[in-house]
Amino acid sequence: MSALVYLPLLVPVLAAAAARPLAARLEPRLATWLLTATTVALAVFSTAALALMTASALARSPLLAALGDYSQPVLRRGDPVPALAGMAAALLLTAAAVAVAVVIRARARALAESYRRAASMAPGGRVVVVPGHSIEAYALPGSPGRIVVSGRLLDVLNDRGRAALLAHEHAHLAGRHHLFTTVAHLAAAANPLLLPVARAVDYTVERWADERAAAITGDRRLVASTIGQVALLSAPRPARPRATLAMTGARGRAVSLAWAGPVPRRVAALLAPPPRRQLTLLAIVAILILTAGASAAEAARDLHALLEFAQTAR
Amino acid sequence: MPDEEPARDAGPGTPRRPPGALEAEVMDVLRAAGAPLSPGQVRERLAARQLEELSYSTVVTIVSRLHAKGLLERERTGRAFAYRPVDDASLAASQMRQALQAGTDHGAVLSRFVSGLSGRDARLLRQLLGEDEDQPG
Repeated sequence: MSALVYLPLLVPVLAAAAARPLAARLEPRLATWLLTATTVALAVFSTAALALMTASALARSPLLAALGDYSQPVLRRGDPVPALAGMAAALLLTAAAVAVAVVIRARARALAESYRRAASMAPGGRVVVVPGHSIEAYALPGSPGRIVVSGRLLDVLNDRGRAALLAHEHAHLAGRHHLFTTVAHLAAAANPLLLPVARAVDYTVERWADERAAAITGDRRLVASTIGQVALLSAPRPARPRATLAMTGARGRAVSLAWAGPVPRRVAALLAPPPRRQLTLLAIVAILILTAGASAAEAARDLHALLEFAQTAR
Repeated sequence: MPDEEPARDAGPGTPRRPPGALEAEVMDVLRAAGAPLSPGQVRERLAARQLEELSYSTVVTIVSRLHAKGLLERERTGRAFAYRPVDDASLAASQMRQALQAGTDHGAVLSRFVSGLSGRDARLLRQLLGEDEDQPG
């Protein structure tokens, strides 16, 4: 088996580095599909690579070599994957299987709980208003899915702000965004290097819902200011007065978002012109995925050929 | 009763109850009433149940706390508020987020409109929105 088998294990590092810039530049719906597909493809390929390394280590064990009638010296000479790496791969493979099982169980439970609670709410109404003082708005997947909003938040927003909020949450339910994030996080459980990509999917579904809300209300700035208003309601007030803020606001968009959390990035994206499709970026991602896939396939072919050779050489 | 801690609101001779038990009693009284009750009425009914005599301010504190938790709705009747239990559907909604957050993977299921802001994010947001901030919401 050639050293290509390591490549599917390394490509996720590149994908992790590219995830946030891609999430910021691509049109959100496309970005969500693309990044989710990327996590799945790379998780499958890297798991396949681990399985191949494990298989080649197993094949060299005296017992299996005798059973399969392989020539052990031929295997040892032809296989660049050291026995130690094979054993490490076996451990990682086991860990990945356990992690995926744990995440599947947790997400299935959370989803079942969500459906149960959505069903327990008053029939008919899609929007459920929660009393109390909390600032609360979220979409709850179910059949039908619900939009839960606190009465306090509805009081604070004006009609247009409410429309933006509800359009955003409705977009989550209509687009089944929780499925994308679930799939991406499952893939990241199989290969933790993909975690930044899964987090980028969490972000792009928010952007997707923001852009839907902007399309429905016809006002990107309205959606931006509503997000900002709601976020700041629960944020601590600044110690300094507002005079300095007006100045920085007037200075325009020269604000660094490099280390910012999702909310300021979403607002900045809505204040900027609508995103466009970027074919170059798409091509780069496609090449990454194809490289990982092709090298996993090549490594599998190599292992197969080597095993056959080891059998005939016997 | 030398070993009893001084409990101002509880009547003499009554052992102090855990706070949750009082809240449960108040909820029970309001559910049984079937109509909104003022804190004074709640206090009378608690007394009628031969529970400890609570001071008016204690009852107000308890119903306010229950209201803040989203368990009671209130409406203004004259000078005081009248309280009634929130209906089950709304209650389910308010408890749901807590329940789902208690699970390890709530993030997959709930899509919140905004996630939490760090202090830095809040500053950034104010900068981005600049002039919008000056308009009252």
